[in-house]
Amino acid sequence: MSGVQVPQTPVLEVEDLRVRFQRRGEPATLAVDGVSFAVAPGETVGLVGESGCGKSVTSLATMGLLPKRGVQVSGSVRLDGQELLGAGDRTLRRLRGKDMAMVFQDPLSSLNPTVTIGVQVTEVLAAHRGMKGDAARTEAVDLLDRVGIPDPRRRLGEYPHQLSGGMRQRALIAMALACSPRLLIADEPTTALDVTIQAQILELLRDLVQGSGTALVMITHDLGVVAGLCDRVHVMYAGRIIETAERRDLFARPRHPYTGGLLHSVPRLDSGRGTPLTPIRGSARDTIPWAQGCAFAPRCDVAEDDCLVEVSGSEVELVPDGGTRELRCRHPLTPATQTAGAPS
Amino acid sequence: MLRFIVRRLLQLIPILLGLSILLFAWLRALPGGPALAALGERATPQRIAEYNEAFGLNEPVYVQYLKFLGRAVQLDFGTSARTGQSVTSEFFLRFPGTIELTLFAMAFAIGVGIPLGYLAAKKHGGFVDNASVIGSLLGVTIPVFFLAYLLRLVFAVELGWLPGSGRQDVRIDATHITNFYVLDGLLTREWDAAWDALTHLVLPGVALGTIPLAIIVRITRAAVLDVVNEDYVRTANAKGLATTTVRNRHVVRNALLPVSTTIGLQTGLLLSGAVLTETVFAFGGVGSALRQAISDRDYALLQGFILILAVVYVLVNLLVDVSYGLLDPRVRTR
Repeated sequence: MSGVQVPQTPVLEVEDLRVRFQRRGEPATLAVDGVSFAVAPGETVGLVGESGCGKSVTSLATMGLLPKRGVQVSGSVRLDGQELLGAGDRTLRRLRGKDMAMVFQDPLSSLNPTVTIGVQVTEVLAAHRGMKGDAARTEAVDLLDRVGIPDPRRRLGEYPHQLSGGMRQRALIAMALACSPRLLIADEPTTALDVTIQAQILELLRDLVQGSGTALVMITHDLGVVAGLCDRVHVMYAGRIIETAERRDLFARPRHPYTGGLLHSVPRLDSGRGTPLTPIRGSARDTIPWAQGCAFAPRCDVAEDDCLVEVSGSEVELVPDGGTRELRCRHPLTPATQTAGAPS
Repeated sequence: MLRFIVRRLLQLIPILLGLSILLFAWLRALPGGPALAALGERATPQRIAEYNEAFGLNEPVYVQYLKFLGRAVQLDFGTSARTGQSVTSEFFLRFPGTIELTLFAMAFAIGVGIPLGYLAAKKHGGFVDNASVIGSLLGVTIPVFFLAYLLRLVFAVELGWLPGSGRQDVRIDATHITNFYVLDGLLTREWDAAWDALTHLVLPGVALGTIPLAIIVRITRAAVLDVVNEDYVRTANAKGLATTTVRNRHVVRNALLPVSTTIGLQTGLLLSGAVLTETVFAFGGVGSALRQAISDRDYALLQGFILILAVVYVLVNLLVDVSYGLLDPRVRTR
């Protein structure tokens, strides 16, 4: 997919999505602040950022899985052109599991401990494909087999705690793919797994998505995952997208200082032993509201006075930055600074 | 699983031995000994000597204990001083009543408690929630005998809606096979007898079920609040399952794990005799027999009943542990 851009109707269109959490007696927090992106059929899009940047909330809002109380969602989320925000519970339940599915972070806690794997797979088939009894069981065996679970017939009668971590995640992927969804959202699907298993799961996801035309949204903080899987990457910070680029572009020429920082804080095999990593200063808590300026400015090495609204008089906007790239930065990295701080 | 059950049954042995020693010692330690207790304070020394001779009370204590133990394992606990019947047959005459009462009370507590607890959790912070929390607090704090009297006064004495004493109307000529009166009525097709026995269970059953009800409401509510935030419930919703499937298979099923433990423990407690409630309603179960035995100084009956009830209590707990394994597969394989 990468490289050639064929104009296609996107499977998922998210436009100006805002999610506000309001708890009694506490100031409201804007977890997602005007996020827009689209995913074409067969395309894999990465949402990347630190914990708390709003990437998981974006995915939950897309699926309509956020709690109703104390949460305001606005903007637009369209699946194959159908508006999901404001759609009724019944409509969403018909779409979830069938047209859009999700794989979660922690496979053990994401599976019901008291229900067999078989039932947890077949219940999706029963809900959306009307399959019951032997037909459903045969299909479940097929699905488990497809995601690489050995001896699938026996696994049907087993409980989640009897499976290994990687096996559980495979089972969850099987459930998500049971109805060949148009959209699959994977929320940090490899975080809770061993490194060797991580690679296997990513490979599995890539194989399953490839050719089937399923649009995949990969939510991760792990740039290794992005490098191996995604066509396009959206880097999020403090609830907003700060840089969007094709994967190759992003890795070769990061433009936002935050993206650059992320890349430089990844350990590399080709750097000499003893070369210190270059972390990003501070933590995700050291932000300022976007209304006051660039939220990353307090942690940014190249920030200038005009990164603040009180100096420049306007907010930092996400603007086109050559090709299909978009950038929210007034002082982007240049070829000269793109490797600054990087291990040489 | 079988090994687990056998191990638990073996654990029963030291418990019963300890309990029997306590009971035995207690009976010997009575002022004047069992003879005086049985014959009354004005018994002549000669009668006491005869009594001691007849019951082997002159033998060394350990011999007496071993003999007692030997008879006890054959379910022979002597005869009741009041009725002259064997303690064991007294027990089997009385226990069915207590079982019926317990089942009714627990059915009431579970049938009302679990839906109410679920509803309270669903409407967390709402009216139903607050009302159930306050109500369950009241439920556990009201003394049972007070509630029993109140219920009897209002619904039996004043309104006359329900019978307020006994297990069955004496005017009904019912055939008794098993001594489970409701069951007997059904078996013999004496529908009026079964219905009458059932109405006799209502007031004592509600009084007795109040504390378990309150506890079940609270535990269900807390468990559901826990479970609805679990990742696997989110997964179930992400799969687009119907709300009823999510509720029954994914929320309630897991929330019932802690509730089942409570239900088991409370059932065990109720089975071992609701002395106060049975007394208020003159209900012919184990509890009222115990009270009667205390005031009659019927020590053989007390001793026998307490030992049997201890066995029942431990067995019910074993049943709870076994059923927990059935409900939670994680326990089963350990």
